[in-house]
Amino acid sequence: MLSIKNIHASVEGKQILKGIDLEVKAGEVHAIMGPNGSGKSTLASILAGREEYEITEGSVSFLGKDMLELSPEDRAREGLFLAFQYPVEIPGVSTTNFIKTALNEKRKYHGQQPLDAVSFLKLMKEKMQLVEIDKSLLTRSINEGFSGGEKKRNEIFQMAMLEPKLAILDETDSGLDIDALRIVANGVNKLRNNERAIIVITHYQRLLDYLQPDFVHVLVNGRIVKSGTKELALELEEKGYDFIKDELSLAEAV
Amino acid sequence: MKEELDVLEQTVSSDYKYGFVTDIDTDVVPKGLNEDVIRIISEKKNEPEWMLNWRLKAYAHWLKMEEPEWANVHYPPINFQDVIYYAAPKKKKQLGSLDEVDPELLKTFDKLGISLSEQKRLSGVAVDVVMDSVSVATSFKKQLSEIGVIFCSMSEAIQNHPDLVKKYLGSVVPMTDNYFAALNSAVFTDGSFCFIPKGVRCPMELSTYFRINTLGSGQFERTLIIAEDEAYVSYLEGCTAPMRDENQLHAAVVELVAHNKSEIKYSTVQNWYPGDENGKGGIYNFVTKRGICQGNDSKISWTQVETGSAITWKYPSVILKGDNSIGEFYSVALTNHMQQADTGTKMIHIGKNTKSRIVSKGISAGKSQNSYRGLVRAGKNAINARNYSQCDSLLLGDKCGAHTFPYIESKNKTAIIEHEATTSKIGEDQLFYCRQRGIDAETAVALIVTGFAKEVMNQLPMEFAVEAQKLLAISLEGSVG
Repeated sequence: MLSIKNIHASVEGKQILKGIDLEVKAGEVHAIMGPNGSGKSTLASILAGREEYEITEGSVSFLGKDMLELSPEDRAREGLFLAFQYPVEIPGVSTTNFIKTALNEKRKYHGQQPLDAVSFLKLMKEKMQLVEIDKSLLTRSINEGFSGGEKKRNEIFQMAMLEPKLAILDETDSGLDIDALRIVANGVNKLRNNERAIIVITHYQRLLDYLQPDFVHVLVNGRIVKSGTKELALELEEKGYDFIKDELSLAEAV
Repeated sequence: MKEELDVLEQTVSSDYKYGFVTDIDTDVVPKGLNEDVIRIISEKKNEPEWMLNWRLKAYAHWLKMEEPEWANVHYPPINFQDVIYYAAPKKKKQLGSLDEVDPELLKTFDKLGISLSEQKRLSGVAVDVVMDSVSVATSFKKQLSEIGVIFCSMSEAIQNHPDLVKKYLGSVVPMTDNYFAALNSAVFTDGSFCFIPKGVRCPMELSTYFRINTLGSGQFERTLIIAEDEAYVSYLEGCTAPMRDENQLHAAVVELVAHNKSEIKYSTVQNWYPGDENGKGGIYNFVTKRGICQGNDSKISWTQVETGSAITWKYPSVILKGDNSIGEFYSVALTNHMQQADTGTKMIHIGKNTKSRIVSKGISAGKSQNSYRGLVRAGKNAINARNYSQCDSLLLGDKCGAHTFPYIESKNKTAIIEHEATTSKIGEDQLFYCRQRGIDAETAVALIVTGFAKEVMNQLPMEFAVEAQKLLAISLEGSVG
């Protein structure tokens, strides 16, 4: 589904990603872990198409298409979803209106008619239950005055509504208390299926306890330095990132 | 960064959709302004002596005045001798019904989305249509007159209701009020007149549609709305003009009088030609709009959606004279390219327990400059006066400007005046958030702007809210590939 090959990226002349390779297949959940500043969020940003990052080398294909050629909105319409680390406020635009616009833009792209009001409401109701989100939240301006937990839950709700093929969760666990984390993780788990791939970017093991990823990759200094199964995450939790850094410096010294 | 800004720029560029010219036989008084021109205008309109004298007095006063320069707008001096002060589509004969209106005119207004034939109108909206200097048609007149509502052109009112006109004309905006009001008083040609008698709730929206057509002509309309005790009226005006390379002048005066327990709701959707992206052409819009809450418990509410004009100079105001009276001002002003807007309101609290509310939303794009200027004054007898003002500015791109000039004068210790102001940019973060959800930049900007203006749009009558929303989107529409 997603094939990242030797991606190098920089922002304002500073090299952040120094050759990333990653293969993600339908139905898989990948976790990307790593210390602050390692390039995790940069990776999410370039996949979603943020234009301040310059891709200096490498390629990304998504469902057989050259993803780097697509505009951010077309990537989304093709089925890419990014749950933002810091969801953005848009005053005066309700979540309902926002999602309806997004959904219908996507349908238009695929040559479908816009969803009528009745079907849209039915879909909303169904997805609201799935991710345990309160109706009152959806009539308020999107993300405006939302608590950290509400914002993240709203992201997962949007994911449920837009039914992406590939979802990237960028530090969705940051700023959540334990209850909010559980609700968000449950929501994500319900959205797992054989056709959908998920990339989870996180600092910590605790989200992974709930999500049970198929693969864990460790990103340090712009490179994936170690890949493994979910046990790798546990090892990291126990020993910290330093043990990987130590291994690396040893390897470089040799 | 650069690319994001380009996207914004393309998004806010748009074509003016009302820029066509109607080819119609027009009766024109040659350019220039002097006493003779005023006499000709008055004669063409078959006006009584008192009206002519009133005009001449205003003209004499105007000659002694100077053009104001305090507003945050810049333009070369206007040559008032280079303006046509009277241009009227030629009537073949006196019109018996709308069916006899020149088909060319009907076509023009159909093109503008205004159907003049009453049968075709879906909702109950009575329309007066003013082309250049004269009113060409007024609908639903008969039905309205049955309940005592007078809705006609100003010219007709001068003929048929001289006592009302004499009593109220210039009572809210005196001819000496300001430079442009004095000019208007001297040369005004038409406009709408509404009179809602005691206890009547006007059953339909009244509206006037202004259109400038003739090259080089100015439009000087005069509107007067009177609500007697316990009367209610909702009134809307719309305006468009052809695209022309030179600037055209529009200097209107609107006066509202609200008696005891009456309410006047006045909404404007202003879409005069704004000029091209380099600032060539466009309407100079110098307008004086003022209402007086004459009676106790009366209410006047101004709502404006301003997207057009090269220059806007306009401060719809309320004089809160009656005790417990309420004044409101809701405004969305959108400027793009080289447009300049200096707009706001004045709330003059005189009576006791008077309340005013100001909500101003300025949106600047391109290289435009958008200023809010507002005065809130509480007089020494305005016990317990309350004002709440909120001025929000939204910037698109980094070449435009937003300015806020609030003036507060309180001579009364019991008055409470609150002012809040914010300035924000359409962030790249907001834009990217929308795009990541599959919403392209153009739709995203329209969505964000509509959200920003929502509080004001909600004040518009239902029939026009949708239209105004589309107008905002169109004004921001571009060619994002």
